[in-house]
Amino acid sequence: MAKKTQTAYDRVQAARSSGRNMGGYYINRMVDNFIELHGDRRFGDDSAIIAGIGFINNQPVTVIGMERGETIEERMKRNFGCPTPEGYRKALRLMKEAEKFGRPVICFIGSSGAYCGIDAEKRGQGEAIAENLFEMMGLKTPIISVIVGEGGSGGALALGVGDTVVMLENSVYSVISPEGCASILWKDAAKAPEAADALRLTSYDLHSFGVIDKVIEEQNRSAEEVCSELKKFILSEISRMKRISTDELLAARYDKFRRIGAPA
Amino acid sequence: MNIIELLGFGKTKPAPAVCKKCGKETDGIELLENAMICPHCDTYMRMGAMERIALIADKGTFTELFAKVKETNPIDFPGYEAKLKEAKKQSNLSEAVVCGTCEIESQPCAIFVMDSKFMMGSMGTVVGEKITSLFEEATRKGLPVIGFTTSGGARMQEGIFSLMQMAKVSGAAKRHSDSKNLYVTVLTDPTTGGVTASFAMQGDIIIAEPNALVGFAGARVIQQTTGEKLPEGFQRSEFLLEHGFVDVIEDRRRLRYTLANILRMHSSKGAKSS
Ligand SMILES: [Zn+2]
Repeated sequence: MAKKTQTAYDRVQAARSSGRNMGGYYINRMVDNFIELHGDRRFGDDSAIIAGIGFINNQPVTVIGMERGETIEERMKRNFGCPTPEGYRKALRLMKEAEKFGRPVICFIGSSGAYCGIDAEKRGQGEAIAENLFEMMGLKTPIISVIVGEGGSGGALALGVGDTVVMLENSVYSVISPEGCASILWKDAAKAPEAADALRLTSYDLHSFGVIDKVIEEQNRSAEEVCSELKKFILSEISRMKRISTDELLAARYDKFRRIGAPA
Repeated sequence: MNIIELLGFGKTKPAPAVCKKCGKETDGIELLENAMICPHCDTYMRMGAMERIALIADKGTFTELFAKVKETNPIDFPGYEAKLKEAKKQSNLSEAVVCGTCEIESQPCAIFVMDSKFMMGSMGTVVGEKITSLFEEATRKGLPVIGFTTSGGARMQEGIFSLMQMAKVSGAAKRHSDSKNLYVTVLTDPTTGGVTASFAMQGDIIIAEPNALVGFAGARVIQQTTGEKLPEGFQRSEFLLEHGFVDVIEDRRRLRYTLANILRMHSSKGAKSS
């Protein structure tokens, strides 16, 4: 589909489509000798987030990816890709481990949002996200965040505080789902396509706002080609960030978010 | 403490209010003097930012900061300008947070107070910018930050810009913390969504008012999506305390005393209350 003729809601649907690759695909394809590391060391292990260590080319990395699974059984096991507090705490635990050993962190984001349920609230869903935002802002190692599917609000941002934030062309990133927005604002979830337009949630919108750094084109490219383009970009960003000091890296990360919505 | 004087109710008397719980009407002055708690049934009524500051700050010490940060319509959301105009008129506020510096029992601090009267206390770029600037100012001056939260979450009319304020404020709160400064949050009814998932939960000490609704996802949404029956007292302060996410639940009438005590215990002077 062409860049100009595709509506925002087309892209929302593409980002959610059942065949779309999520974190697991990119980890499998991009990361050699991957070792999955489980659990938050507090309560449990969240299958909606796959995390671990491996190599990209010869560069050791920590990778963290949201995954909803393929089959219905897998989807149920992975909670349809909606992370629980344990998922965010596992992610933070492994980011701290990456910081200790000077490894870059790569996050793949694709989820309709943080899991909303009684148990998630009991175990502090809000606190888990808040802690990630707070700690990622000071994490002394490079962070690259990639939106590969639906970037659903705070649950996506909890892995999205990156030095570089990149979106695949047909991913979306929004403060609220178009359906949620339409039902609150116009009492009609069927107006989601209008809401999708109004929310300006496409990769090109976010790039034009300066909220993200790069769009990886998907048009006329196979999944493999998209992945190898992304891999190239990640490697070039890692080598760029290795050349600057940790202080400079953290200052740039702070400024990147500091200027969003600041008066001109 | 003379709250009536502080609020400048010299000529116009504060209006009487009817308690939503017991239905009894209370005189405006009596209600303010009881910290907006119904004298008949002890129900906490919501408090505006200026009333809150009058209740907490030493008389005449509050200086407002960053009041002039202006709204924009960053994603050209249809109808947003009109909505802002209406919100200003209705609430008599310029935005959903008031920031400044003050003293509490002579302990200097920076303070932000959100107000749910302005678009449900939702967080957009102005709220994000003001609170971020306050943390930066407090970091420069080595001041503790006291933050009163009440919010329906991120302001959807500002799209991705409102979401990013969560990260922006978190960055400033982190720097403030890294410089060994104290941050105390006071969760008031209701604190939900993106505010819960960012600066509300980042305090060194987290205080909550009794029975305040505090959570991430909306209770109705949880019920609709999971079909589960919500437990008694779900997402109330007491529920959070039980599950380990709140340090202390404090009576509103004792908040000023407790905050002053906490400030003293974290000040280098460390003097005990006289
Ligand atoms: Zn009452």
